[in-house]
Amino acid sequence: MLRYALLRLLGAIPTLMLVIVLAFLMVRAAPGGPFDAERVLPAEIEANIARAYHLDEPLHQQFLRYVSGVVRGDLGPSYRYRDHTVGELIGSAFPLSLQLGAMAMALAIVVGVAAGTIAALRQGSGIDRIVMALAMTGISIPVFVIAPVLVLFLAVKLQWLPAGWSGNAGGLRLLLPVISLALPQIAYIARLTRASMIEVLASDFVRTARAQGLGTFAIVRYHALKPAMLPVLSYMGPAIAAVLTGSVVVEEIFGIPGLGQFFIRGALNRDYTLVLGIVVFYATLVILLNLVVDILYGVIDPRIRQR
Amino acid sequence: MTALSAGWRKARKIRAVVVSGGTLLLIVVIALLGPLLSSHGYLDTDFDRILRSPGVTGLQFFGTDDLGRDLFVRTLRGTQVTLLVAVVASIVSLVIGVLYGAVAGFVGGRVDAVMMRLVDTLYALPFIFFVILLMVVFERNFLLIFVAIGAINWLDMARIVRGQTLSLREREFVAAARLTGVSTPRIILRHIAPNLMGVVVVYVTLTIPQAILVESFLSFLGLGIQEPQTSLGALVDAGVNQMEGAAWMLLIPASLLALILLCFNFLGDGLRDLFDARHKS
Repeated sequence: MLRYALLRLLGAIPTLMLVIVLAFLMVRAAPGGPFDAERVLPAEIEANIARAYHLDEPLHQQFLRYVSGVVRGDLGPSYRYRDHTVGELIGSAFPLSLQLGAMAMALAIVVGVAAGTIAALRQGSGIDRIVMALAMTGISIPVFVIAPVLVLFLAVKLQWLPAGWSGNAGGLRLLLPVISLALPQIAYIARLTRASMIEVLASDFVRTARAQGLGTFAIVRYHALKPAMLPVLSYMGPAIAAVLTGSVVVEEIFGIPGLGQFFIRGALNRDYTLVLGIVVFYATLVILLNLVVDILYGVIDPRIRQR
Repeated sequence: MTALSAGWRKARKIRAVVVSGGTLLLIVVIALLGPLLSSHGYLDTDFDRILRSPGVTGLQFFGTDDLGRDLFVRTLRGTQVTLLVAVVASIVSLVIGVLYGAVAGFVGGRVDAVMMRLVDTLYALPFIFFVILLMVVFERNFLLIFVAIGAINWLDMARIVRGQTLSLREREFVAAARLTGVSTPRIILRHIAPNLMGVVVVYVTLTIPQAILVESFLSFLGLGIQEPQTSLGALVDAGVNQMEGAAWMLLIPASLLALILLCFNFLGDGLRDLFDARHKS
């Protein structure tokens, strides 16, 4: 098991390097520098700025400097938020995004698995068809459409829930963002669970359990649920990436001061180092979480470890 | 499953394909013809008619926006742009995906293993962030949006095409071509690629909604299509800013976008179930 985990960990390193190289080269390939202003600066000042940010060094040296910084957890200074390093900005904004994302994932897994299981048990019934139609709708409609429409009806028209972030306190202001973020994932997970649950319920060991007189709940709980969760588990990687992406939109709509907001602000302000840093950070996060999913997969299904 | 219920299922799938395909066709026709029939242009501002709610006065069925522009024409224009970006981006991803997958599947062995390992690696990346990075670095231009979206959507296509090629290359006509001395690139282009078209067409209907999603996501964040040009994502963004006083500005483009995505997904799902025998849902 340890060997398997270590092998996976080693496999993640080239991916990480690829990310850093790609992101770094993209930024450096930019036409014009980050400090191009409308005002023409004297050549000495420009040279000073370039030196301060090490922009006067040859490309490979800049790259090595950046990589050795990343390895030590230093993502460099922000070009726009002059008094802060990119690391500080990420550190201050990420916990909120993490909270949002974790809550949405938890909600999506619980509701999605429950809905998928119920649909599988009642395959072909009215409930099944309703769940599947809702899931198709949930998969099709993007977060940035669901979220504003929920706000319009639940917050602006009915005024049941707060629409924004500032000026509201407590868990209530998290409710709409978390639901909007979770809905598409609920839909995906429900579809996956239903498909694999149907397959598992048709297998021999479930028939044996049924023949021994076990009730439906006990069969699902003790026999069918674990094998049926494997496809859902392998979907967790893409789901994490989707939630991170969705979080950018949700933070924008609800005015939540998380990492997604910084990312968009950075993108609109052309704050190269901040955007580069956040891309590297997000990519690392996704790769590491994928690694965790991989290892969990090995824990649940011993057949995987053999390979 | 009995033959009868299998037939019933199939009939339902066919109905879903026909209904969603027909709806899409209708939307395309209206999006193309609608603006020609209206007396308003999608850029014409009218400061005497700001934020009018939908109605028949002045034949402005979808109302006007905060600059007095006619939303009927603007929404249709946005639909045109969104669909155009999606189709072109899908063609880009199709070309990359088919070539990549066909080469990996046909050459096989070590080359295949390395190429597919790269696809797996790229799968794990949150690609949308790279697209945003691209948008920051190179000014936001139209062409780049096509390429960027196409470049992230080819992975699925490559996987499917590879699987298909693996089985195609064992067939007699490929052996015959090889015997007569046809070169590998030529076999891939002339003998393998045409036989992939069936499965490729089915999967393109599933790639288009993904491309629509990326484009409207970028436009919604202000990183895609820029004012005064518009797309459905940009219109939803404008609607969010005005939703307290002018709910129609949000609801009309939002529901149209949702309808288009839903139709494409139903169409793709149905086609896949009907024509791709290996995929069982």
